[in-house]
This record gives sequence, structure tokens and C-alpha cells, in this order.
Amino acid sequence: MQGTEGVTPPFIIMLRSLCLALLCLSVPLLGPACAQPAPTPIEEILLQNSDLIEESSRRTIEPAIAALSESGLPEAADVMIMWRDKELWRRKSDGRFFRIEPTDDRDTYLMKSLVTGEEIGPIGRRDVDQIKPNSGIRGLIDGALVQFQLTDPNPSVRRASLDSLARDPSADQLPILRRAIKNEAEPGIKAQMARIERLLTVRFDEDIEARIEAIESFAGDLGVDVRATLNPLLTTVRKAIREDPDTENVAATLTPGTDAFSYDAAYDFLVSQDLAPKTINAAARDAAIVANIENGSVAGIPVATLDTRLARDAAYDKLTENGAVSPALTEAEREDLVDTFNFFDAYREDPQITEAVLGTIGAINTKVRLNEMADLSLDALSLASIYFLAAIGLAITFGVMGVINMAHGEFIMMGAYTAYVVQLFIPDRTLSIIVALPLAFLVTFAAGVILERLVIRWLYHRPLETLLATFGVSIALQQLAKNIFGTQARPLTAPDWLGGQLVFNDVVAISYIRIAIFVLAIVFFVLLLFVLNRTRLGLEVRAVRQNPRMASSMGIDRERVNMLTFGLGSGIAGIAGVAIGLFAKVTSELGQAYIVQSFMTVVVGGVGNVWGTLAGATLIGFLQKGIEWFNPSNTLAAQTYMIVFIIIFIQFRPRGIVALKGRAAEA
Amino acid sequence: MRTRSVIYQPHVIVVLSLLVVFTVAIVSFSEAAGGFLSTSLVKTLGMTLCLCLVAIAMDLVWGYTGILSLGHFAFFGLGGYMIGMWLMYARTEQIVIEAAAGAPLPPTPQEIQDAIGTQIFGVVGGSDIPAIWMFAGSLPIQLLLVVLVPGVLALIFGWLAFRSRVTGVYLSILTQALTLALSLYLFQNENGLRGNNGLSGLQIIPGAEDVPQSRISVYFFVASAVALGLGYVLSAWLVSGKFGSIIRGIRDDEARVRFLGYSVEHYKLFVFTLTAVIAGVAGALYYPQAGIINPAEMAPIASIYLAVWVAIGGRGRLYGAVIGAAFVSLLSTWFTGGRAPDINLGFYTIHWVDWWQVLLGLSFVVITVYAPKGIAGIFDVLSRPAKTSARPVKTAEKARAS
Repeated sequence: MQGTEGVTPPFIIMLRSLCLALLCLSVPLLGPACAQPAPTPIEEILLQNSDLIEESSRRTIEPAIAALSESGLPEAADVMIMWRDKELWRRKSDGRFFRIEPTDDRDTYLMKSLVTGEEIGPIGRRDVDQIKPNSGIRGLIDGALVQFQLTDPNPSVRRASLDSLARDPSADQLPILRRAIKNEAEPGIKAQMARIERLLTVRFDEDIEARIEAIESFAGDLGVDVRATLNPLLTTVRKAIREDPDTENVAATLTPGTDAFSYDAAYDFLVSQDLAPKTINAAARDAAIVANIENGSVAGIPVATLDTRLARDAAYDKLTENGAVSPALTEAEREDLVDTFNFFDAYREDPQITEAVLGTIGAINTKVRLNEMADLSLDALSLASIYFLAAIGLAITFGVMGVINMAHGEFIMMGAYTAYVVQLFIPDRTLSIIVALPLAFLVTFAAGVILERLVIRWLYHRPLETLLATFGVSIALQQLAKNIFGTQARPLTAPDWLGGQLVFNDVVAISYIRIAIFVLAIVFFVLLLFVLNRTRLGLEVRAVRQNPRMASSMGIDRERVNMLTFGLGSGIAGIAGVAIGLFAKVTSELGQAYIVQSFMTVVVGGVGNVWGTLAGATLIGFLQKGIEWFNPSNTLAAQTYMIVFIIIFIQFRPRGIVALKGRAAEA
Repeated sequence: MRTRSVIYQPHVIVVLSLLVVFTVAIVSFSEAAGGFLSTSLVKTLGMTLCLCLVAIAMDLVWGYTGILSLGHFAFFGLGGYMIGMWLMYARTEQIVIEAAAGAPLPPTPQEIQDAIGTQIFGVVGGSDIPAIWMFAGSLPIQLLLVVLVPGVLALIFGWLAFRSRVTGVYLSILTQALTLALSLYLFQNENGLRGNNGLSGLQIIPGAEDVPQSRISVYFFVASAVALGLGYVLSAWLVSGKFGSIIRGIRDDEARVRFLGYSVEHYKLFVFTLTAVIAGVAGALYYPQAGIINPAEMAPIASIYLAVWVAIGGRGRLYGAVIGAAFVSLLSTWFTGGRAPDINLGFYTIHWVDWWQVLLGLSFVVITVYAPKGIAGIFDVLSRPAKTSARPVKTAEKARAS
């Protein structure tokens, strides 16, 4: 169908071309020549295959794609992308291809050169056809495009295409990838290509030897992609045949009647394979009985007596004799039927392959498990450092003053809220954390000193009552926080450089926040050791702990030491609050979540000793993660077992891991 | 001598007669008797009596023996769970049997079991009846378990703890850990007690569906009052004789009592276990009135509140525990129920719903620091100190603390 010529007056074309020509000075100032440039080499190729492209059939299109992709022309990839994206238009008069842009005019399009994108001129809408490749052809074009991307001069394009290849691999990419490897110069990309080539080989290569070689080359590789590639090779299909399964690649034979594979399961499987008649189950039998109730009895048996399974089965048998219902296979009959079959799970893959995979994946799994242990240890370590930070303040006050501070958890909460308030005023995350840490210390230090002055110093001779008085403080503070900040969680955002995680391999990774908390815990551990062992205050604190009266006699101001000790312990709680707030939600109940664990850390570790708290925190952290390892889905159960373990542990070391000895212990 | 004299002790006489007067008054003015007291108020008062009973147990173990247990409310909850299992099972069984009566075939025992299992455990995604429910159909056995489960748990835990001489603050933390472990255990869906859903519908008594709640509330109120009276007399009897002297001695100076040749561990274990049993009984009376029990009730904080009541009321004397529990729990209900009038300060309005906890916490601090004898200490000021009641223990603890 030949349409009419465009109606745009020629001088307009001239004018447009002129403007364009003025813009791009390299083009000769010849209007008509600019409108109709000679076909570039790529256009020549398209022209040669014009009919095939126009036909757009998956069966015949291959030569056209091949001609483009093997042309070696730099613009081939762009043209193919245009083709795939339906941006290719064919002029009916001569079969040449252009790009098209809609214009304000209803009847015309603006033609553009394929290669340079230059405007060529208007064309009637009916004079061009859009080339619309179907999904099959688009897939072929994509496949052909991979090689362009894999050999693209820009390394980031090559990487991106490798990534998409790894995500969505297919068999026909294998030869392309192999060709690309040969020409790859950059070692990093080359290694990645080689790795993906092996993964593709495992999946798609037709040569079994090559596949086995590739499978075995992955021994000890921890990559998730490797496991994702190898594991599907071990999928099995359940089969039931009457003959011996000699020709099958049997993964496991199943014996009916065992725990793992009951007769019922076996029979159900036979039914699902249409190898056995459907069971008439109890519900169906009951329905049949109900359907056959006549005058309050079933086949002569009164309904009222049918209140056991046996009686109902007897009634059903009666019905069967009467021919009212079809007979149900008895259990023995069903078992006999099951016994005539061999049940087994068979691999889908060739035995040689599965053997290689089993060997390789066994080695990988061992290594994965070792790495998971390492990962778990990291988790435990970070949990331990959180517990250490939360408990060390408590350990100091408890150890030195014999005072249990139930409000310790609220001091932790106070620290977290301090950091939150600081963030409201200082938007810069890094700066706000730097400000918040000392400020949280100061706030909780002050709160601790006030608590000590107002309440605790009156109760030194009644240690159990400090527990209750500080509990009163605890509920009051919690409610106050609720009244001030509301019940919903407040965000405490970590600075960007603490986001993300340090990845060792696909199994072992730890977030930077946890590393930071670990570092913080170590810093405070060292700091406290220094303060307690190397400073005047530490000396006095130790003296008061060992013998308060003697310390007083030596001129140590007990009141002052107690006050400072309590303040120090509370201040560290505030710091812990900032750290905890970075990864947990800041609510008024934040402290409650850690208080019992903190107590247990102190009790398990041994009182009044920084080393003891360290030991306690480590033990509890590792214990909790260890129990979670055995029962990963249930953290509640893990906590329960841990507490029970601690109760038992206390039986054997009532004074904790690091127990004070001698007279100090009796104080 | 003491068996005869316990009933004549002034505080026993006063408390019992007040209890009788109170009970008679409540019963005669209750809705069931045509009075003006609403059913929910009668229930609240009945529950308060149960709390008084568990507070007496707490006073025995803490105020008299010096063991600050932060786990007695867990025993209270266990008692509630044990009776709740029967209430829930028996009621569900009735419902299931009634529902099956309409079916064309009479149900088989297995079908009834399955239906009960689905009814009770459907909410946690199960349908099998767990092994711990095997006696749930039998009221006598569950009543026995109300006593046995808290008792045996306390016996085992106490034996382990006292044997290794865990004392003071350590013991408090250990009991708190036990409570936490127990509530975490109950929170798990797969452990057969319906996880955080707890047991519900306990206010309906199987076999007594036709009896209106107003009447049931009175029955439970009277039962709670009787239990409280019995518990009070039992405790008074225990602490008035030689036994009482010994446990007070343990509180004041454990080592000295041990050196005098008494087996301190056995005494402590006995008191710990007995009070756990009393707490279990109190819980079994409390939760049918509350109607629902869930693991949150047994959280460690509940046990601390128990200690708070006793401390505010005045520990070391039984009536102090009763006063404290009744006073604080009723006041709590009043304040948190939104019935207390708000105070307008002009610039800020104090809503008691928000500020009651703050007031409670601070007043608790004040009482602990400045009035260690609690509310009951007022009676000391009004009259001369009673000889039978516990003396403050400052000197002994001072000696230990230094």
C-alpha cells in the first residue's frame, strides 16, 4: 500500500535542514544532501536484511541479528538496542531505516538518522512502518547484545553485564562468555568472567567431563552463587516402580513402614501417582454412613451405638455387604499393595554429576559451617560487648557499695534519650554522636549522684532495701520518660559511616555499629582498669570495697568515694544507652530489656571486678548465641534455657566466675 | 500453748473480725442480694483479698525469714494457670459435646478430643492437646496441681539455691531470673499453654453456666475471704511460736542461728515452699475472678510490685502485708482506671493515668528511706509497740553490712 507523498512544503524541509546544518558545522551546507545522506555501513547491513527485519519472524531472523552482531561496527550495539526497544522505523519506499520523533503535525513524523541522530526531515505517518520485534526476537537480540556489553570498552558496562548474566544465566551465553574471556584485559573482570563461565559450565555445558571439572573446581568456595548452582543439581524426584531401580540414579531408597515414610504416606503417594485406588478415609466413610441412616439405624445398627471408630467401621462393612457403598480397602490390603512397589528418591542428574556435586558440596558445607561458627562468634562477641557495657556500671556500684541499682536500666534509657535530644539540635549525625557520648555520661553521672545523695546513702546498712527503693525510682523514671517522650519509639540514627557492614565472605559479616560497640566496650574496659588500678580514686574505691571502716580510718572520705563510684557506674550506663540506642528502638522500656541480663552478667561474672564482668558478659553472650545456634527460630526458648543454665551455674560457683577471695569477700 | 493462744492474739482477732464484718457487708450489699455494689466491684474486692493473701505469703518469706523472693507472683500465676486449665478444658468440652449433639452420628472420644484441641489451641496454630493438659479434665487433680506445681517448683529451686548458700541480693536476682525464665517459657506458643494469648473465659464456671455472674462473684468473694482468713491464722500461728523465733533469727543473723545448731536451709526451704503454695492457692482464687491469665501477669515486675505492697504496708507483721496489698492495689485501680480527678495546676494538668506510676515510685522511695516500717508503723506511733510483731532489724543488718 503506497501512501501519498507528505504535504509539507519543500521549503520548510530546506529551512530545517539549514538550521541543523548551521548547528553542526561539519555537515556540508547542502540541504538535500543532508536530508538524504548516503547509507552508512551499518545501514547497508540493515538494508541488506530489510525484508527479514520487516518480516519479524523468530524462525528467520537469525541471519539478520548475526549480520549485525558480527559486523564489527561500533554502532551495531546501539542499533540493536533501538531495534529491541521498538525505536526502529522502516521507510516503505526504499526499505531504509530511521528513527522517528512525533511532531505537532498530525500527519507527519520527524525522521532522524539512525547513527548520528541528525534530523533528516519530515515524513508522512503512513510512509513508515515501526519495526516491532516480538518477545522471542527481543530475547535473541538481548543474547546477541551480551557480547557487545561483555566487550564494551567501558569496564563498568562489562561489570554490569556480567552481573546481569550471573543473575539470569542461560545456555546460549556460554559461548559468548568464553569468547569474551579471551579478549578481556582487566584481571579483575577476567577472574569474574572465568568464575561465571564455570558456573554456566556446571549448569549448561553438554560435555559431562567439562561440567565435572567445573564442579570440582568449586571445592571450598563459600559463594552463595556456587551453592545456588550446585544444590539444584541434587534435586530428587520420588518414584515408585515395581521393578528394581537399577537404571535410576537413586539418592535414597524408602522403606514403607518406617518413621520417615509411613505406610499411609506410601499409599498416599501411590494414589497421587494413579498407581492405587483412592482411600475412602474416615470422614468419607462417616458421610456414607450418615447418608444411609434409615429410621435411626444404619444397616440394622442403631445410630446411638456408633460412638466409637470400631462400631462405625463395622457399620460401614455392613453397608458394603448390602452393596450400598463401595468397599474400602482394609489396612492389610493397602499395605500389601504398597509392598509390591519399590519406593525411592532419584536424582534428576547423571550419576557422574551428582557424585561430583556431592563431593564438592560436602567440602563446601563443612567450610560453610566453620565460617558460620566464626560468624556466630562475631555475633556473640558483639552481644557480649553490649552486655558488658550495660552491666559494668552495675558491677561497679554493686561490687564497691553492695548496692543493687534497679534504676540502672533507666539510666541506660536516659543515655539513649539524651542522644536523641542531642540529635534534635545537631543535625550532623557524626557530630551529634560525638557530643552525645560525653553529654550522656554527664547527665547520667549527675542523675546517679543525685540518687546516691538523696536515697542510697541512707540505705547502706539495708542493702536489700536499696533494691526496692531504686525500683521505685525505676518505675517513676520510666513513667516520666513516657510522659515526656511518649510511648512510641524515638529514632536514634547512626552516622552514615556506621551504616552497612564489614563483609568477609558470603557467610561472615558484621555491621559497623557492632564493631563500634565492641571498640567502645574495649575502651571502657581498659579505661576502668586504669581508673581502678592506677589512679588515686581507684585506690580509694578499692580500699572502701575491701574494708570501709579501715578506709575511713586512713582518712578516705567514704561518702565522697561512694558518691563518685555511683556516679561513675551510672555515667557508664548512659554511654551504654547511646550505644544500645543506635541499634535498638529508643523507648521508655529500653532499659528493662537489659536489666535482668545485666544482673545475671554481674552475678555470673563475680562481683566487684572488671574482669569478672568481662567474663560474665562473654559467657552470657556466647551462651545465648550458642543456644540460638541449636534452635535458631526461637530466641525466647534460647533465653529460657540460658536463664535455667545460669541458675544451675550459680549452684557451682555461687560467687561468680571471678570470685573475690579472703577478707574482701566477707565484707 | 501457742495453738490455743494464736486466735487470741490481738491482731488476729482484729483482722479476722474486720474480715468477717467486711465480708458480711459486701455480701449483703452485693447485686446478687439486691444491693448497690456492682458485680465488677465485688470481683475487684475479691481479687484484692487474693492479693492480700499472696502478700501475707510474701511477708512470711521476706518480712519474717529475710528472703527477698522476686518470684512469688510467678507461683501465684502458676496456681492461676492450673485452675485455668480445668476451667477452660471443661467448658470447651461441654461446648463441644453440645455442638456434637446436633450431628447425625454420636461423636467418638477421638472426635471430641480433636474438637477440644482445635477449640483451645487453634489460636496458636495447633490442634493436638499437649501432654501437660492430660489431667485438665479432672477438677480434683487440677486442684491438687494448684498446690503441687508451685510447691514442687519452689522446693526444687529453693533446695538448689539454699543448699549452695545463695543469699541476699544474689538470691533476689536468682528468683527474678527464675520468674523471667518462667514467663518467657509461657510466652512460647509451642509450649502448650497458648503463648501470649494465655487462658481466657475463666469467669465462666463449667457446670454453673446458669448461675449469674453476680452470684458467682459473691461465691468467689466469700471463698477468697475464707482463704485469706485461714492463711492469716496459719501464718500467725507459724510466726508466733518457736518456729517464728527461729525464722526471725535467720533473718537477723543467719550464721548465728546456724551455729546454734539449727538447720537453716531446711527452715528456709520450708518457708519458701509453703509460701509458694499459699501464693498458688491465692492465684487459683484470683484468676477465675479476673477471667483471663497470660504470661505478662507473671513478668518479673509483678513480683517486685508484690514486694512493694508488703514494704509499703509494713513488713515483718502480717497485718502490714494485708494493709499494703489492699491499699496499694485498690489505689492503683482507682488511679489507673481514670476515676481519680485530674489536678489542674494552671500551666499543666496532672492526669493521674500518666502520673500515678511516678507518684507510686516516689512514695515508695520515701517510705523505704524514711518509714521502713511502712503504713503499719503508724500503729506503733498510736500505741506502744506490740511485742509479738517483728522488731526492726537495723542492728543486725548494720553489723553484716559493715
